[in-house]
Amino acid sequence: MSEITMEITLTVNSEKITKTVPVRQHLVDFLRMELGLTGSHLGCEHGVCGACSIRVNNAVVRGCLMLAVQADGADVVTVEGLTETKEIEDLQKNFVERNAMQCGYCTPGMLVTAAELLRTTKPISRDDIRNHLSGNFCRCTGYHAIIDAVETTINNRLKGR
Amino acid sequence: MGKETQINLLDRPNSYVGRILSRDAAKRAVAGRGRYTDDIMPHRTLHAAFVRSPYGHAKILSIDIKAAQEHPGVALVMTGEELSEMCTGPWVGTLVCFEGMKSAPQNPMAVDRACWQGEPVVMVVASSRAVAEDACELVSVHYEELPVVVDKEAALDPEIPIIHPELGDNLAFEKTIETGDVEKATSEADIVIEDTFTFGRHTAVSLEPRALLAEFDPGTDRLTIHTSSQCPHMIQAVFARTLGVPEHNVRIVAPDVGGSFGLKIHTFGDEVATTAASIKLGRPVKFIADRLESFATDIHARENRVKGRIAVTKDGIITSMDIDIRSGAGAYSQYPRTSVFEANQILNITGGPYAHQNYRATTQVVYLNKVPTSQYRAVGHPIGNSVGESLVDQAADACGIDPVEFRRLNVMRDDSYPRTSAAGIEMQDLSHQKCLETLVAEMNYDSLRTEQAAYRKKGIQRGIGIAAFIKGTAPGPSGYYGAGGAPIATQDACTVKLEPSGGILCMVGVTDQGQGVDTVMGQITAATIGTPIDSVRVIEGDTDAVPYGGGTYASRATAIGGEATYQAALSLRKEILEIAGALLQADIDALDIVNGNIVNKGDTVSRISLAEIGRIGHFQVSELPNHIQPVLSATHRFRLRDALYIFTNGIQGAYVEVDIDTGFIKLLNHWVVEDCGRVINPQLADEQVRGGCVQGLGGALYEECVYDSAGQLQNATLADYLTPMAGEMPDINVSHIQTHTGVSELGAKGVGESGTGAAPAVVMNAVNDAIRPFGGKITSQPMSPTIILEALGKI
Repeated sequence: MSEITMEITLTVNSEKITKTVPVRQHLVDFLRMELGLTGSHLGCEHGVCGACSIRVNNAVVRGCLMLAVQADGADVVTVEGLTETKEIEDLQKNFVERNAMQCGYCTPGMLVTAAELLRTTKPISRDDIRNHLSGNFCRCTGYHAIIDAVETTINNRLKGR
Repeated sequence: MGKETQINLLDRPNSYVGRILSRDAAKRAVAGRGRYTDDIMPHRTLHAAFVRSPYGHAKILSIDIKAAQEHPGVALVMTGEELSEMCTGPWVGTLVCFEGMKSAPQNPMAVDRACWQGEPVVMVVASSRAVAEDACELVSVHYEELPVVVDKEAALDPEIPIIHPELGDNLAFEKTIETGDVEKATSEADIVIEDTFTFGRHTAVSLEPRALLAEFDPGTDRLTIHTSSQCPHMIQAVFARTLGVPEHNVRIVAPDVGGSFGLKIHTFGDEVATTAASIKLGRPVKFIADRLESFATDIHARENRVKGRIAVTKDGIITSMDIDIRSGAGAYSQYPRTSVFEANQILNITGGPYAHQNYRATTQVVYLNKVPTSQYRAVGHPIGNSVGESLVDQAADACGIDPVEFRRLNVMRDDSYPRTSAAGIEMQDLSHQKCLETLVAEMNYDSLRTEQAAYRKKGIQRGIGIAAFIKGTAPGPSGYYGAGGAPIATQDACTVKLEPSGGILCMVGVTDQGQGVDTVMGQITAATIGTPIDSVRVIEGDTDAVPYGGGTYASRATAIGGEATYQAALSLRKEILEIAGALLQADIDALDIVNGNIVNKGDTVSRISLAEIGRIGHFQVSELPNHIQPVLSATHRFRLRDALYIFTNGIQGAYVEVDIDTGFIKLLNHWVVEDCGRVINPQLADEQVRGGCVQGLGGALYEECVYDSAGQLQNATLADYLTPMAGEMPDINVSHIQTHTGVSELGAKGVGESGTGAAPAVVMNAVNDAIRPFGGKITSQPMSPTIILEALGKI
């Protein structure tokens, strides 16, 4: 059985890319193995842990549940892209200062998911932050520090800092 | 240099020790620049996948690998028998310190017989993981199912089959200890409480699964392994010896490790197979466990049943405790650390905070057709603490004494050390009384009781739990691994060097998995030498770069590796001052190092910089008198002398709400007061405690590897094995009492497992406090809604 492939064209972190991919390859394997974007991680490959969370057409998706071929024509943003554009620079700084990660394996997915909350125009309670992040598994921190870092970032943005 | 001067280095104003500093690894993690084993992709890498036993116990009648071998992209198909021929011999997971312990020889992949569902049977190595998995489906294995042993209570019954007939029975290990006279104390007691507790199987669920990349160079017979490991030198010893490669030719690199929790102190057959494939093929071969493989092959832990009994006077003084443990291991004892530590630790620590002097503990560890068990964060402590603290709460209730007051009456007094616990363990430098009073203040205990009563009137059932604990950290060589005969260093080492630039390199045998071990070692080094933290770089996790050490396990990194680092930094500081003294023609006792400059003591004006010392010491050596030959490098090792462990202590508090109609538990608040001795980085210490607590709460409330009667694991996905997520977890309040340990000059004890060790106990006590008025009592974990409703007689 030879591998069935398909050519796809998509934008990844603002760069237009055309590649031929196996049709069964999921999007995060494509990003990691074909493009060397190893910031997105695989923790379960069945859509539960959230380590592979990336942005596709401005929505946060589980990159392990989407095939690369389904991203044909899509705009994909990974943690590397969010870092380059400085969109979440404050959130990243607060994660570091608050030590809101230990092993760091969940961190890219956690940041991509938390970034959705930064667009808010009104304060968000800790419970609401917890609920928003409740699809991202972190085995190390116990979440408290992550909630602190996200809360600080939101509050500072609302204060215009 | 006198001892007083040394200690002052750590405690002087603006010391890096005791200060919050950010981790470099965190800066990489947030940018997606972490570098885990699977991120390393050398050219021509092949990928391994495994055919695994679908049965809990089965004879392998035949294996047909022809179709897989012919599949395009497949480089190698290897059976268990072929692999065993490449190995020096099977593993036997016993240690001589566990007298009478027995285990059957275990091959890295099954030969003739598979003894648990998930045991590797055939390895396929191919151009990609996907192709390797395709080819696995072409391997045909014929099995004959054999009867399984899955119930630990029945495992020693005469009619039950024996998993390894050559052992004579399914008993791995048994042990009894007794201090004082338990029967006499119990018969004379006013109140005796007895209960039986059960604990489900857990597994570590590191978010990064087990991962290994082996690269063998046939030209030089050198083997390099990148692997997600806590203990590179142990991996070096075990893999070299198993595969017959000289140890000094084996380099183990642990790059970023995506969670470990004890899982990654172990060795696994599929990882040996992957390495063997690289040796056979002369190409890089990678194995990354998927989540199903993680559940079905990572070590499991915690499956125990404990019968416990406590005897007290009517005034609330504990006179005796005794426990009987039945511990369910897997099909083999895990090599080389064994599967009996958990039961042994339950025996060591149950009732450990209290002053009674009559104690008996018996344990039997039995083999089952399940995944092998071994060390997982806070080994045995969640069980021992849950049993001991539940009995203490029940005794307090029977005496009509508040649980806080009851503990006040019974904990070891802070002024009573050194002393020996009822389990025969040497205790020193503990602070149960200080921790208890701090907790009462932090919780605002009396107000919380008032609030609880007010909620009761409104029909809302809240509970308050208290659980004191001890925690064995930083094991010494007189205990298990050293004396037991395993190739695992219980001492650890640090080398510090002054570079020509004035920068400091610090190489440590302990490793970082995100705790901030490297940051902590950097802080100790910078504070001790007297140099800016930015001029220190810490290197860990590479056997080619660091002095031989045990790595990170059992909360030992700061306690053992920190002292080695402190002593090495002191030596380098001394040499720097000697060179400076010669260059400046000054008495070295009149000199100090501050902020990277040699200064007159009490002054901050630079007389010469570390960069100048580095330059002269490496390049312009002719400026030095002949009797000084600079080395500018110092190595120290540190081990515990006589102590089995550095024991720590603490206490936790929990506030929960139980919905008595649905059985759901809401965690409202959680407090920890613990004593890890000297705190090097308060933020990192706090976060170890918080993360540890939540791992313990997961086990107490949600997590269990469920097996059916055929030995089939029923919930091997993250959707079915529930882990704690952000939505259910509380904020956790952490306080530290800092009673320095007397066994080192640094004074640090371990901190990484203290949260995990007592969180299940405190939340179980809180739940029982909530449902006590309804006659309910929980003695089983995880405390699922079903368990709660059963306890309340509702189902």
